Amino acid sequence: MTAHILTITTFLPLAGVIVLLGGGRNLSDQITKLIAFLTTVATFVASLVIVGRFDTAVSGFQMVEHAAWVKSIGLSYLLGIDGISLWMVLLTTFLMPLAVLASWRIEKDVRRYMLAMLILEISVVGSFVALDLLLFFIFFEALLVPMYLLIGGWGGERRVYAAVKFFLFTMAGSAFLLLAILFLYSKSGASGQATFDLRSLVSVAGGLSAGTARWLFMGFFVAFAVKVPLFPLHTWLADAHTEAPTAGSVLLAGVLLKVGAYGLIRFNLALFPEAAKYFATFVSVLAVIGIIYGAVCAIMQTDIKRLVAYSSVSHLGFVVLGIFAFTRQGMTGGVLQMVNHGLATGALFLLVGMVYDRTHTRQLGELGGLAGVTPWLAGAFLFAVFASVGLPGLNSFIGEFLVIVGTFSVSHWFGSLAAIAVILAAIYLLWSYQRLAYGPVHEEHRALPDVSVREVAILAPILGLILVFGVAPRLLTDKIQPTTNAVVARVHPAHAQDAAPVLPPAAAPAEGSAP
Amino acid sequence: MTQTVFRFLWLIPALPLAGAAVNLFFGKRLGKLSGVLASATMGVAFVLSAVLVKELVSLPAEGRLVVRHLFDWIKVGNFTVAADLRLDQVSAIMILVVTGVGSLIHVYAIGYMDGDPRVGRFFAYLNLFVFFMLMLVLGENLLLLYLGWEGVGLCSYLLIGFWFDRPEAALAAKKAFITTRIGDTLMLVGLALIVAKFGTLDFTAIFNSTAAGAITKGAATAIALLLFAGAIGKSAQVPLHVWLPDAMAGPTPVSALIHAATMVTAGVYLVVRMHPIFELSGVAMTVVLVVGLVTAIFAGTCAFGQDDIKRVLAYSTVSQLGFMFMAVGMRAYAAALFMLVAHAFYKALMFLGAGSVMHGTHDATDMKTFGGLRKTMPITAFTFLIGAAAQAGVPPLAGFFAKDAILEIANHTGRIAVYVLGTFAALLSAAYIGRLVFLTFFGEPRSQEAEHAHESPPVMWVPLAVLAVGAAFAGWLNFTPEGRLAGFLEPVAGRVPTGPGLTVPVMDAIAVAVTLGALIATWYVFASGKIDWLAMRERLQPIPRMLQNGWYVDKAYQTVFVEPGRTFAGITAFVVDLKIIDGLVNAIGAGVKRLASAGRHLQTGYVRNYALGLGVGLVALLFWAGVRG
Repeated sequence: MTAHILTITTFLPLAGVIVLLGGGRNLSDQITKLIAFLTTVATFVASLVIVGRFDTAVSGFQMVEHAAWVKSIGLSYLLGIDGISLWMVLLTTFLMPLAVLASWRIEKDVRRYMLAMLILEISVVGSFVALDLLLFFIFFEALLVPMYLLIGGWGGERRVYAAVKFFLFTMAGSAFLLLAILFLYSKSGASGQATFDLRSLVSVAGGLSAGTARWLFMGFFVAFAVKVPLFPLHTWLADAHTEAPTAGSVLLAGVLLKVGAYGLIRFNLALFPEAAKYFATFVSVLAVIGIIYGAVCAIMQTDIKRLVAYSSVSHLGFVVLGIFAFTRQGMTGGVLQMVNHGLATGALFLLVGMVYDRTHTRQLGELGGLAGVTPWLAGAFLFAVFASVGLPGLNSFIGEFLVIVGTFSVSHWFGSLAAIAVILAAIYLLWSYQRLAYGPVHEEHRALPDVSVREVAILAPILGLILVFGVAPRLLTDKIQPTTNAVVARVHPAHAQDAAPVLPPAAAPAEGSAP
Repeated sequence: MTQTVFRFLWLIPALPLAGAAVNLFFGKRLGKLSGVLASATMGVAFVLSAVLVKELVSLPAEGRLVVRHLFDWIKVGNFTVAADLRLDQVSAIMILVVTGVGSLIHVYAIGYMDGDPRVGRFFAYLNLFVFFMLMLVLGENLLLLYLGWEGVGLCSYLLIGFWFDRPEAALAAKKAFITTRIGDTLMLVGLALIVAKFGTLDFTAIFNSTAAGAITKGAATAIALLLFAGAIGKSAQVPLHVWLPDAMAGPTPVSALIHAATMVTAGVYLVVRMHPIFELSGVAMTVVLVVGLVTAIFAGTCAFGQDDIKRVLAYSTVSQLGFMFMAVGMRAYAAALFMLVAHAFYKALMFLGAGSVMHGTHDATDMKTFGGLRKTMPITAFTFLIGAAAQAGVPPLAGFFAKDAILEIANHTGRIAVYVLGTFAALLSAAYIGRLVFLTFFGEPRSQEAEHAHESPPVMWVPLAVLAVGAAFAGWLNFTPEGRLAGFLEPVAGRVPTGPGLTVPVMDAIAVAVTLGALIATWYVFASGKIDWLAMRERLQPIPRMLQNGWYVDKAYQTVFVEPGRTFAGITAFVVDLKIIDGLVNAIGAGVKRLASAGRHLQTGYVRNYALGLGVGLVALLFWAGVRG
């Protein structure tokens, strides 16, 4: 059974979809939610099997499942996982049950809502495990539809505008992606059967001229840069986040953005290492601009969801900067930061949703004094705020620090400029927290209830992991490293040894008392 | 034997951490017991620290270094950061101060915070602070130090803003965190530079490589200055000192523990710890010395201009920390640490004394409304007097030896300007502390509150008494610059610099004359009743107002940085992003829409079109591929 664990994990939510469709309108809303919740929990359990079976001695793909699908065109059902996609899958399956729980108070059209959620999970997980480019593209495109429906159907006031903008932006990017994939596919046909198999296309891409590779790199890059999002392609994000329902924002920030950064590593670096090196400075500049620009924009936001959205632009800039430093620390830090951001920002969006459920506002000017009224909710919020601020001991710090260290050894400028975001993050997050939780409380908020049991069940796992991965990041990095090291070795062999110079052996600090 | 005892080193930080966890989740249920629990964890941690330090001292002098490996925190490529704890002479002194003075302040807080509904939270934060402070001084690498460094900043934020419904507390908390974070971020870049140069953040490895000539003087200067930026923020030195006076919005035990005795000394600890790199740089040492000297004098003048008793003590702390950095800048690390210890006693004592005064006068802090409190609050007054005399430099109390040692070293290393200016700073510190004492405890009561003041309960005055003993006798640790403490520290801190200069008795005489002169003058102005000092102050305007406003540094920062920064961020967010970048996007979108509707007259929405387009495209793709295949 575990031989097909990737397929099982990917398509387990389909069982929930079938039950919901089969049950039709007879199912009560409560039952519908419960079915969705249990399905996502089961999927999470299945994904834990993947972690258990993961072999850190393998730097390439493992648990590969391969079946010819449409032989005539070389489309195959090809799944596999490595140290990068492993945690992306886990992040998705972990956040899904929390997102479903966070949607418990949805009353409008519950069945369709939960169907969209489950289909979203299939397409996101599928994107992370597909190794056939066409298969990937199908998943990648498919995930737009449920997210579009979630924003457009259950979002805020300007939901239609936001949903359409989200859709158009990503579709525009995808057009380039599709063209690039097709071009590669046609090239692969030159020597026998044309294929979409990533592993074969790597050697096909290796045979291209430098100029062609650079064009194709840009084709992939635009699609993924929109998703990340990288400055200046980020403006859809603020609207989408602001208007999306809580679960939509959590999944958007938690996993959908990661598909972009993941795609950069999986496809851009794997297929076009030379072009990646060629464009490294260009991409790094965009990343650094995004890091600072996103943070500066966040400072002045008055809508707290918009604020967190802009902070995502800043944090995802760190991810891309780390990746394109092509050092072990930078690359591992970048991937780690993808997980960390999913947890920390996911938690923030969950908490913003809980505040909204109580006060029906996201405007900081209409909030205040919640620390006195709902001390546990405010305390949890502060915990998530400090995770995002990059407090050592919580998860995000490790990723940011590794990215700064990994980048710094390549470019003092990029590393130092990125560090400015550390100050800016404290400014925008603490200022917003002050307006939300401190000061006098508004009259109509005096009797707000503190966290419910359901909300504790949502917050405890995610806040717990934020602490665990801050203290023991090796739980993640030990599995990420074999893969990221291999990627660095391939893209930039000179950095493969290490970013930092190795000094003449210093007298090692002795265990116990020194002589 | 030693192995078995040092195995418990991790317990020292773990105890207050456990206390914090229990108080955080069960503080409400514990009620009054939360303070007892928190104090108990501190007491045990102190006893354990004392036992371990005694064990450390029993080792041969050159072998007094214990490193305990807990686990590997980060391991990426060849870059490893371990959770290792280091106990040597410097950290030994620090953990004794942190747990010792910390215990007393915890006990005092039981009385001070009595009746506050959120007392459980308070002790949770206070315990958590001690945990981070202990990690800061016990970490064997710079990242563990940084963990403690940011952690104490977090707790400082939480505790300054403890009464968060007061807007000034909420503002001060945020200001403290952000101001120090400016320094912290430069320090973080310094850490990155160290990793780039050394490949490690371990102290032992860094020192060995530095000694082996692994980095150039220029690199050492860059690293040292970046690290020192962190110290400037944390230790509230010019120009990042502005957060500390505002931090007094927190409960007074917090001011005593965090903003006087421990956290603010972290910068001194950092520079002492990293002194091999600072010494290699040379330039960095001069910077440290100048910043310390400027801060000592600047903050001394500000302290003299304050009417709020806690703000006097806050500026006083800034000034005294300046003295410590002066010592560090002259390579007199032992003198700096000695001053750190003495200051922890007398400044914690004075803060707690001020808290006791507030407790007895319904939270009054304006010294203009005090007067004559020595009659109504005799124990507070007496212990405060000892602390004040210690700081002013009255022999044989602790401050006399501590400050004297620093001035002596300045004189004996040929830094005559430093000696003269330092003596002036000492004059200021005697003057403002004299003014505080005479306005508060002497003369006649000037308000109802002062007249009906009452002495604090024993749970508060007993810690005062213990600290007073410390402030009085800490001088025994180090009668001369080369005294017992200096000898103990020599293996890590090096020899105390020395040279020709004025003889010790001459300098002692000058110091005592300066102190007594300042005290007598302030008594005459503020307590003799012969001078209307408020009228005199009016005649001297605008200088007193300038001092009271801290030379308007805050206002200048507001005008130069904060307001333009806000404008810039506003333009970026609402003009550049919303109008230009997003405007462009929407314009393109509108163009496409016009094109589409003109071309095809489709009634459906965009997205359905695109979804359709996607489907059609995929089918076409498969078809095309099929034909080819």
